[in-house]
Amino acid sequence: MANPDALANVEGPLYAARKGVYPKKVDGHFRRLKWLIMAVTLAIYYGTPWIRWDRGPYAPDQAVLVDLANRRFYMFQIEIWPHEFYYVAGLLIMAGIGLFLVTSAVGRAWCGYACPQTVWTDLFQHVDRLIDGDRNAQIRLANGPWTAEKLAKRALKYGLYLAIAFWTGGAWIMYFADAPTLTREFWTGEAAYVAYATVGVLTATTFVLGGFMREQVCIYMCPWPRIQTAMMDEKSLLVTYKDWRGEPRGSLKTALAHPGSVGDCVDCNQCVAVCPTGIDIRTGPQIGCITCALCIDACDKVMAQVGRPRGLIDYCALDDVAVERAGGTAQPVLKTLLRPRLMVYLGIWCAIGLAMLFTLGQRTRLDLAVQHERSPLYVQLSDGMIRNNYTLKLRNMEARPRKVAITVSGLPGAQLWTETGSREKASQRVEMTISPDSVTRVRLFVAAPAKGPARQDFTIATQGRDGDPRGDSDTIQFDRPEVQ
Amino acid sequence: MSDKSRIDEPTGTATVGHEWDGIEELNTPLPRWWLWTFYATIAWAAVYVVLFPAWPMVNSATRGMLEWSSRGDLKAELAAQDAKRAPIAKAIAATSITDLAAKPELLEAAIQGGSAAFKVHCVQCHGAGGAGVVGAYPSLTDDDWLWGGDLAAIETTLTHGIRNPDHDETRLNMMPAFGKDGILDAAAINDLVSHVRVISRQEKPSASSARGAALFEANCVACHGPAGQGIRELGGPKLTDAVWLYGGSREAIAKTIYAPRNGVMPRWNDKLDAVTIKMLSAYVHSLGGGEDAPAPVLTAQPKGEADNG
Repeated sequence: MANPDALANVEGPLYAARKGVYPKKVDGHFRRLKWLIMAVTLAIYYGTPWIRWDRGPYAPDQAVLVDLANRRFYMFQIEIWPHEFYYVAGLLIMAGIGLFLVTSAVGRAWCGYACPQTVWTDLFQHVDRLIDGDRNAQIRLANGPWTAEKLAKRALKYGLYLAIAFWTGGAWIMYFADAPTLTREFWTGEAAYVAYATVGVLTATTFVLGGFMREQVCIYMCPWPRIQTAMMDEKSLLVTYKDWRGEPRGSLKTALAHPGSVGDCVDCNQCVAVCPTGIDIRTGPQIGCITCALCIDACDKVMAQVGRPRGLIDYCALDDVAVERAGGTAQPVLKTLLRPRLMVYLGIWCAIGLAMLFTLGQRTRLDLAVQHERSPLYVQLSDGMIRNNYTLKLRNMEARPRKVAITVSGLPGAQLWTETGSREKASQRVEMTISPDSVTRVRLFVAAPAKGPARQDFTIATQGRDGDPRGDSDTIQFDRPEVQ
Repeated sequence: MSDKSRIDEPTGTATVGHEWDGIEELNTPLPRWWLWTFYATIAWAAVYVVLFPAWPMVNSATRGMLEWSSRGDLKAELAAQDAKRAPIAKAIAATSITDLAAKPELLEAAIQGGSAAFKVHCVQCHGAGGAGVVGAYPSLTDDDWLWGGDLAAIETTLTHGIRNPDHDETRLNMMPAFGKDGILDAAAINDLVSHVRVISRQEKPSASSARGAALFEANCVACHGPAGQGIRELGGPKLTDAVWLYGGSREAIAKTIYAPRNGVMPRWNDKLDAVTIKMLSAYVHSLGGGEDAPAPVLTAQPKGEADNG
């Protein structure tokens, strides 16, 4: 793309200041879709921590909570323990494949609609319009002298930026603690240092990235546009200026005077005026285009006004560009979407999701891990029997105390007791109540007759005694002296 | 550079004017904020060097104005832990050893603390898990206790030790050296061994064991009891069970009767504070052989070391 400025000044500067972007207000289908997505995503972000979810007296009642101190992750009826982190990994993989799917289908739709940078930039641009007025007023104010009015407007605008940024930073920490409690603690100065630090950092990043950096983040800082380039193909939807229809550009007056001499583009520059990243879509696909489709809305409006068909700027895949340029008709969008590549992505995405749902339904909520104490391997008891000691870890992953029984099998004549019991009261089974939502360590003493192999495998099992008989077992070794 | 700078035709961008073997550099200007960010990091580095340890010197790095060090962090963390534990230590100090069992949380804390102290003071003789060494140091994990295995008895043994020559309250008994001192001849010792092997169900009764029974009656019952079941109050070991400190074979028993070891356990009241001793008692009691306190208070103690048993 030829750059006339560079021609004029061959020795250009090595550093360029950001050019101001003052997107004009626009209305249309895509703008309304953006409004809707913005409302939904912001509502989810700000509101989720405040949803309550009753889990009984032994677990927090916050629907979504990342409890770092106690190492639990709650999401509605699902509770994830640290050893189940693969569910989080699975979610991340799904998110990744979801992005592949969306990108190869509709290009940079994530960038255009759902990316937090886009959503908050959009929000801040609405603040700009609210305080400073629309595009022209904004430009006038930016270029004008520092009058009292400008000072007041700037103060008010930055104040609003800061309020939004603070609210954004404050909402983040609510995911990591009980929201109402943390809010009270935050304002009474009782919250942890890290809470204030996190809010401070996120307020600053939101203020700077949303209020000032804006499209610079997308163009210079974000790796995703570069990765996306590798993921798109000639069937991915792009926001396209149909130059074969629009060129050569010419005003309405020219078109009336010389019919047929000019294309549909009336060179009104509306597509440039509304662009939130300040590019000209008519120069072709480029890294600055986040495919937010606001130029489509703007152009459609103008086309309606001048009585020409809509879609001079439209979502269009590269394949369709070639077809339409040659005078053909593009294939329907649905057919484009049903191509094998997308089906494969969708299949993998669904498979991972279903597999996770299946394992979530199947996972045991009562786990047993047994460790044989090795110092000493065995203890000679005064009546001639041999005792081995075991450390049991009983993991109760339910938010209620559990009554469980511990039994052994494969060790004839075994007697069991725990620290709280005694040999006199030893029997074939031990019953106990374990705390809700925690790992209980139990030392289990197992005595067995001295006659038997020096090393004997046997099984220690646990199962619920409160209606849910599911449980877990572990095979472990019983040691005896080599020579009796 | 200006004389060579030109517009690159495919891109329409100016070059910076350098050329190396036909390779030129396009002038795509960096955003200015990038430059400012770079300056900011330099400024931050300057601040950091002043505030934090930075320049390597001969012995250590410069200290920095904040006097921060990771070792200082550790020290503060340890102090915080000590402060956190202080109330527990205080509560344990205020609780008598016999009441400890009724307070599960305190007992658990005591066992944990005792486990740590055991690794420092006790493993040298009694082994890492308290298993002892056959023929030298008693096992603390079994159910055979020479001086008693309830919490109070264990605490007494730990506090005063066994056969401490410098301490009046120490647990004390002495098995005579029947062979070495010529009290019994070799044949008599042989018969005595037979009897002990019979009462511990390791041999069938024989003529030798019958002679040994008479010798036992005359020489041993004062400490080991008429049936050889031991007398805890005196630390007299039980001879009828399967646990032998110095071995239960004929040779081992004969050796013990000929020249007993009369092992010594140090007292700890001059080395450790009362809380640590209490925690150690709780830990030893938890190793698997701990007994409930007997109904009448006995002067019982854990396994010390008299011979046999």
